[in-house]
Amino acid sequence: MEATKEKKVLLKVEHLKQYFPVKTDSFFKPKAFVKAVDDISFQLFEGETLSIVGESGCGKSTTGRAILRLDEPTDGKVYYSGQDILHFNKKEMRKLRGELQVIFQDPFASLNPRQTVKQILNEAMAIQEVVAKPKRMDRMLELLDYVGLPPEALDRYPHEFSGGQRQRIGIARALAVNPKLIICDEAVSALDVSIQAQILNLLKKLQRQFGLTFLFISHDLSVVRHISDRVMVMYLGKVVEIADKKDLFDSPLHPYTKALLSSIPVPNPAIQRERVILKGDVPSPIDPPSGCRFHTRCPFATEKCKLEEPALRELGTNHFVSCHFAEKLAQ
Amino acid sequence: MSLEAKTEQQIVIKQSISHPKESKLKDFLSILMLNKAAMVGGIIILFYIFIALFAPLLAPFDPYEIKLENKLLPPSADHWMGTDDKGRDILSRILYGSRLSMGVGFAAVSFGSFFGIIFGLVAGYYGKWVDSIIMRAMDVMLAFPGILLALAIISALGPGLMNVTIAVGAFSVPLFARIVRGSTLEVKRLEYIDAIRSLGANDMTIIFKHIFPNILSPIIVQGTLRLATAILSAAGLSFLGLGAQPPSPEWGTMLSNGRDFLFSAPYIALFPGLAISILVLGFNIFGDGLRDAFDPRMKK
Repeated sequence: MEATKEKKVLLKVEHLKQYFPVKTDSFFKPKAFVKAVDDISFQLFEGETLSIVGESGCGKSTTGRAILRLDEPTDGKVYYSGQDILHFNKKEMRKLRGELQVIFQDPFASLNPRQTVKQILNEAMAIQEVVAKPKRMDRMLELLDYVGLPPEALDRYPHEFSGGQRQRIGIARALAVNPKLIICDEAVSALDVSIQAQILNLLKKLQRQFGLTFLFISHDLSVVRHISDRVMVMYLGKVVEIADKKDLFDSPLHPYTKALLSSIPVPNPAIQRERVILKGDVPSPIDPPSGCRFHTRCPFATEKCKLEEPALRELGTNHFVSCHFAEKLAQ
Repeated sequence: MSLEAKTEQQIVIKQSISHPKESKLKDFLSILMLNKAAMVGGIIILFYIFIALFAPLLAPFDPYEIKLENKLLPPSADHWMGTDDKGRDILSRILYGSRLSMGVGFAAVSFGSFFGIIFGLVAGYYGKWVDSIIMRAMDVMLAFPGILLALAIISALGPGLMNVTIAVGAFSVPLFARIVRGSTLEVKRLEYIDAIRSLGANDMTIIFKHIFPNILSPIIVQGTLRLATAILSAAGLSFLGLGAQPPSPEWGTMLSNGRDFLFSAPYIALFPGLAISILVLGFNIFGDGLRDAFDPRMKK
């Protein structure tokens, strides 16, 4: 990834925060917030695939939804092609939505059960006014072809398809409006492993074909390894490490990343690996730990970690980590 | 974001809410057919609709024609259900009366469900203060017993069948609003709503094209059950003299008229009473059957 520096930044997220208010027991208690995403910044270059990984509840999906403004972020800035999209009005946002698309996790919930595939694709094109009416039929057949579905699929309802096929319909719907950036929110997590591979390969093919940029949200490290150029690891609403895929998998710097990577099963019983097993549970995002959020579970935590929040620092080319002792631990 | 919890939840929602066309419709009909009570209810309803449509052809006499020489005749070959105190044929009056009762029922439920659905969709979709305002208003309406609210509305508007329709419809509004709001909240969280939002669809498209068709089943069930209540309430109000006025062959009015002759000529009150009970029973058991057929747990 030596060329990263010259690459065009397509999406830039700065100090993004997403707090959700929670109901308190008493009227007099101060309002509490779930700090789902707490001050994260990153960039996404044109044509690349950046994966966000982390455990359940670390804020991966929330980040994706905030960028799409499906939930309005609490604070921060999101620049798309240099424009601050959080200040876009309804009309501007609607226009932008054609370029920013999303593929969802659950192929059974992401398609309206009362619309045929034809109606689903047609509506996408109609909302964004991307294709003139008489040409839409041809375009629909073309889209089905891209995602590997037969033309007969057009007049069927979603329940007549399998999970993998539905996911293909979801991808066709996203492609229908000629997007540049697609956020894949756990796009293959609900599928069988064999189908996962098919869909991942399809996504890769489409990326090459149309020069798409992917923000790939997943908890599955093998999937991430397969598809990403760069990987961002999140823990409890914070970014702990961002690096090129190879760097991250070969030489992780953050203790959390190390623990996460050591949980990938290796299909060879002869190989003895060092397993890092974390103690305890993920703390509550309502009242996250002070200092480094990982200090309650980190095997190397010191007094400093409890008091001081580590900044995201660059150690090595394009390898960012937020740990006070990353250098020490690397040795 | 916890994967298992989310998918499980969504599967449950999907089953209870979304019923795509075709094969699911067949499923639904076959379950409904198996439910004998529901079929009986359906047949009763169809029978009454048939009567209402063809009343002029079926009725042996003019329901309004007063023949004092024939007054208070017991049921006979000429007058199957006898005649009332003014010599009018009760059978003919009941046949014509079905038009009034069914008409008031359908009109009241259409009126109530129309506003209830809109309030429910808006409250459920927009949430926050919009939801609070609408639903608190609905709670206020629910706090009154239905018939008391109807009485209040009629005393303000004056008696008459039209006003009865409005009154009965009005107290159905909050019931529909509640059910629609609940279903809207469930459907709103599904990913296809996010998908269509991320395409840039406006709120009206999302509400009416994507949410509404997917919450129809609870509305249909509620509508059917509400019809029974509406017909009963309308008859009750007419019985009290607030709805249809004599000489109109409305069942409630006929019942009220027959009250004076309960011992000497019980058939004057008996037959309109039976007509009301059977129709209400029909709607109730058919509604229950529909609810079971829409319930995913009934599927094998």
